[in-house]
Amino acid sequence: MTNSKLTAVSALSLAVAGLGASAQAEDLTLCWAAWDPANALVELSKEFEAQSGHSMNFEFIPWPNFADRMLNELNSGGNLCDLLIGDSQWIGGGAENGHYVKLNDFFDAEGISMGDFADATVYAYSTWPKGTPNYYALPAMGDANGWFYRKDWFEREDIRAAFKDATGRELAEPKTQKELLEIAQFFQEREIDGQTVYGAAIFTERGSEGITMGVTGALYPWGFKYENTPGSYDMEGAVNSPEAVEALEFYKEFYETATPPGYTNSYMGESLDAFKSGQVAMAMNWFAFFPGLYADPNTGGDKIDFFVNPPQNQAGSTLGGQGISVVAYSDKQDAALEYIKWFADPEVQQKWWDLGGYSAHNAVLESPTFKDSAPFAGDFLEAMGAVQDFWQEPAYAELLLAMQKRIHDYVVADQGTAKEALDKLIQDWTETFEDEGKL
Amino acid sequence: MTQAPITRAAEATPPTVARKIRGLSDRAIAWIFVGPTIFLLLAINIFPLIWTINLSFTNFRANRPNREVEYVGLRNYERILTDTDIWLNMQATAHFLFWTILLQVLIGFALAYLINKKFKGNDLWTTIIVLPMMLSPAVVGNFWKFLYQPQIGLFNYIIAFFTGRDPSSFEMLGQVTLAPWSIVIVDTWMWTPFVMLICLAGLRSIPDYIYEAAEIDRASKWRQFWTITVPMVMPFLMLAVLFRGIENFKMFDLVVQLTGGGPGSTTELTSINLKREAFEKWRTGYASAYAIILFVTVFGLASIYVKALNKVKER
Repeated sequence: MTNSKLTAVSALSLAVAGLGASAQAEDLTLCWAAWDPANALVELSKEFEAQSGHSMNFEFIPWPNFADRMLNELNSGGNLCDLLIGDSQWIGGGAENGHYVKLNDFFDAEGISMGDFADATVYAYSTWPKGTPNYYALPAMGDANGWFYRKDWFEREDIRAAFKDATGRELAEPKTQKELLEIAQFFQEREIDGQTVYGAAIFTERGSEGITMGVTGALYPWGFKYENTPGSYDMEGAVNSPEAVEALEFYKEFYETATPPGYTNSYMGESLDAFKSGQVAMAMNWFAFFPGLYADPNTGGDKIDFFVNPPQNQAGSTLGGQGISVVAYSDKQDAALEYIKWFADPEVQQKWWDLGGYSAHNAVLESPTFKDSAPFAGDFLEAMGAVQDFWQEPAYAELLLAMQKRIHDYVVADQGTAKEALDKLIQDWTETFEDEGKL
Repeated sequence: MTQAPITRAAEATPPTVARKIRGLSDRAIAWIFVGPTIFLLLAINIFPLIWTINLSFTNFRANRPNREVEYVGLRNYERILTDTDIWLNMQATAHFLFWTILLQVLIGFALAYLINKKFKGNDLWTTIIVLPMMLSPAVVGNFWKFLYQPQIGLFNYIIAFFTGRDPSSFEMLGQVTLAPWSIVIVDTWMWTPFVMLICLAGLRSIPDYIYEAAEIDRASKWRQFWTITVPMVMPFLMLAVLFRGIENFKMFDLVVQLTGGGPGSTTELTSINLKREAFEKWRTGYASAYAIILFVTVFGLASIYVKALNKVKER
């Protein structure tokens, strides 16, 4: 072989090798909501990029538009997202409508066991039909609705004395829902350092899911059930049980007597604003925001503390959080599955928690150091032990919007009674399930 | 000598093409010109309308393309027309339409009447008055949300100043009795200038000699206003009412920004409800029937109105 031929063959070999390498490296797009944990995931994913050679792009949508935008994307068969961290309620639609790739074979092949993740998160974020070993997502971000409060106010002697005078007990983290309301009412329109403050910021948003996520924080501790028998869709007597009516009346009383003026349409952002501006003594919000709240220079650190949604008849917290799925319309599914494999690694999960994400991996949650790793870590574990989620049916959006309307009509617009609102909700849901052919 | 462009174009046309065109009738040439427009009209307007009518008799859901579609006859129409919640949405829409149009016509005409007078700074005032309608509804919605804020909102403070009430004692966007008025106020603030401009065009189209003749006949200003100004501006005013009526029947963005349809469903106008049914609940068949009912309502009312408008013009 002459030198020139040798050079040509070598060059061709290099070119082919280079072509092979570049064909394997993909540009992956991960879609999620725009919030604090998403920034942590960007940071975490740099390690994946370095290891795999794939590059990661992110499409983060603000929460109020997240469901609309992403469900439209899925329904239209769009391939904007290769990976989607979708809300827990989407799992039914994602599975039944063929939007998500079923992951069982992949998990088996890669030795990823769902037994390594917290049971509640696997049930809520991964399985469809519920509780069956059919997996459409890997638990990505454990979350629940919890509470935070002005610890510095709770520790002030003058406020503690006033509270004792008013209620006959010590001011402390509430142990029941009724104590929670009592504390919130105590702070309502109280003068603190020359400012009028209010009891608590709760969810009352009408347009997407806000008031439903808020009111279930009262309904679940009272013992609310969606069905008398799971899977039977028999809602009469469950959805409108006396306990559910009492819980709904409680939430309305909370809204009317212990929230700032103008809180008629507020959700996550408004809750955070109210707390950070020193307007409220307590606020409800998702645990996902707690790392950011704790780090806040004005109202974080020593001034803040956290507690799990208080029980009433039983423990109960509203489930948040999401699983990560591979979108069936993606043409980069192999690379997307590589990401899931990497993300499932216990070491990566530990880094995920360290950066501010809520790992659902048992290796992280069951670590002896976990409870002390953040001031809200213990509360998070407690909350995840008693979480309950909304319907996860393919028609979940219809079910959710019906509840938004009925609850907002009663709580904020003061129309009808709690029993009437829940009765109408059953009618709406029955119509939906009849249309679905499930009743 | 330079040739006219048409001559140059004729000479540049290849003989084969020219022969073909020469053989066409005027009607055929007209069809060649209007054909593409008609095709687009059919593709973009008529076909979707027919398709929507077809879907309105089915249980189709756009988010379940694989599900079997069943024809359900008039069930969607029956459900809509017997749904008390939808009638409440219709009432909310009617309240919004009636008051916005009434206020915009009264204030718009009054402003146009004033602006029509010659005075110093006339142009500047016209520009200032029309500014709100140049803003995006999303901006206006957010802007007024702050103004209506019970604790820091300027609107509440102004009302409190005149009434002596505590500014945070009422919530324009949060109270069932006030929320419908809050959206009326914002829409009136934003779109009164539009009505004013149309009225101004009407006022400026009245020839001066008519007023001069009336002066000679010693008609009072009041009589001139009712017998000359109002009748001659009326077609313009009716046109403004038609435009605002159609626009406000479709009102969505501004109200979503302000109240999201709340509190409860107090300000949930039909367009907001329709959007929820179609693109949030994905009840495509049901939403199609809903859209057809709204279309027939608007089309019917607009047709009656246009006939009335033509009669006024003929007078």
